[in-house]
Amino acid sequence: MQLTQEILTLLQQDSTLSPKAIAQMTGSDEETVRAEIERLRDEGVILGYTIRINTEKSPIPTVEAMIEVKVSPQRDLGYNDIARRIYKFPEVESVFLMSGAYDLAVKIQAPTMQAISAFVWEKLAVLDGVTGTATLFIMRKYKENGTILVEDEVPERLVITP
Amino acid sequence: MNYDKVLASPVVSIPPSGIRRFFDVASTMQGVISLGVGEPDFVTPWNIREASIHSIEHGRTHYTSNHGMPELRELICEYLSRRYGVRYDLSSCLVTVGASEALDLAFRALLNPGDEVLIPAPSYVSYAPCVTLAHGIPVAVPTYEEDAYALRADVLESFLNERTKAVILPYPNNPTGGIMTRPQIDAVTRVLSGRDVVMIADEIYSELTYGGTHESFAKGMEDRTILINGFSKAFAMTGWRLGYACGPKPLIDMMVKIHQYTMLCAPVMAQTAGIEALKDALSSDFAQVRAMRNAYNRRRLLIYEGFKDMGLPVFEPRGAFYIFPSIRETGMTSEQFCERLLKEGRVATVPGNAFGDAGEGHIRCSYAASTDNIMESLRRIRVFLNHLN
Repeated sequence: MQLTQEILTLLQQDSTLSPKAIAQMTGSDEETVRAEIERLRDEGVILGYTIRINTEKSPIPTVEAMIEVKVSPQRDLGYNDIARRIYKFPEVESVFLMSGAYDLAVKIQAPTMQAISAFVWEKLAVLDGVTGTATLFIMRKYKENGTILVEDEVPERLVITP
Repeated sequence: MNYDKVLASPVVSIPPSGIRRFFDVASTMQGVISLGVGEPDFVTPWNIREASIHSIEHGRTHYTSNHGMPELRELICEYLSRRYGVRYDLSSCLVTVGASEALDLAFRALLNPGDEVLIPAPSYVSYAPCVTLAHGIPVAVPTYEEDAYALRADVLESFLNERTKAVILPYPNNPTGGIMTRPQIDAVTRVLSGRDVVMIADEIYSELTYGGTHESFAKGMEDRTILINGFSKAFAMTGWRLGYACGPKPLIDMMVKIHQYTMLCAPVMAQTAGIEALKDALSSDFAQVRAMRNAYNRRRLLIYEGFKDMGLPVFEPRGAFYIFPSIRETGMTSEQFCERLLKEGRVATVPGNAFGDAGEGHIRCSYAASTDNIMESLRRIRVFLNHLN
């Protein structure tokens, strides 16, 4: 259990770490780590390995928005059916059912603001069951997924100290 | 003016720091990865910084009591008692400008000219010079790799004489990474019992032990121990300069006397930060300290396995954030090795002899560095060693 947690923590910070390096850092052996990672993949705990991009620096043009969606839930299906209709769109990055003033939080990524607007008008707002939307464009990212994106701290340790 | 004539001889007699020369060379070179840094690579946790900023904004900019703020001293006493079973009360606790000041105060309060202070070797670079400056005589007591660099009671006993005033107990140890177990501590305290020899326990790395909670020399020995600790290593607060000494009241009172005339008090903004550090730690089961310790532990295992893979004889460090491999097989002195590794391999390390003659034949590597830097520097050291053969 502790090894599993350690593996997940380490890979979440740096998914390029080799099973050997992880084994050394956790005092385990390479085969055990390799098998555990495989198990975690098979069981769907590890969904994939990816990179974190600072979209402001990336050459790929990206605009992101949070869309608050109000929906009327359907008999027997609740929110699941309408959520499915939304999350199937590839431009939708995440969909959460929320407590509070609106129902679904939809995060969307597209190359331009126009593309996001078009998505909302043409695809999202017209869905049966959607009763209202509010689109909030992300203007600047300071921190995302635990990573601070604005360089505000300069490491300044001396090279050698006693 | 004849400057030699006006300078005080104890100061003149102290050799310049061996680390300094390396620093001067290393800091001018490009592309060097440093394993030479004796401080955490973490920045002070934000809640601690924020608490201090807040206090400055609200005008907390005045002197504090000479002893330190009562709230901070209360927290220190509670921390020591809960964490290490060490019991000192408020009046036996002095807040200092770093553990370094506490050490200096202890020497100055205890030593008459010619008094001897026993210092396990190898160990931290400052002990011997500070003893000399306080007109004492530093005496190195060797520790050995086969004892995991723990201080052996029989070896210590052979150095005790009527001039012995104090023994420094620097565990977890810089530069070896050695620690002392409870039975080893008990053996040492037995040797000292019945003698008027003060134990000066420098336990600045107490939060950084791997595989068990730190055992304090002061536990049950409060009446003969000056326990020195601080915030630098546990809370990544080196630059704040905040430490403390706890000890028998008659000794602390004398240390306060020196402190009040020379330092007055530790900076109030650092003390405010220290209050937040301890409050947060005590209420969160040391969550942030634990996270940092876990990170160090991963790097410790990584670097230890790395040196083993290279075939360098190396002792598995149990505390602090240093590893102390032997480079004797290369036939070089530790200074030669470090200088060539720096110039040819672009990795900065500290020669073992900087920590006394007992450190010769070793290099000190700090693993308070990112895993990327540790892996890359291990690769470079391996290439450097292969190139030698």
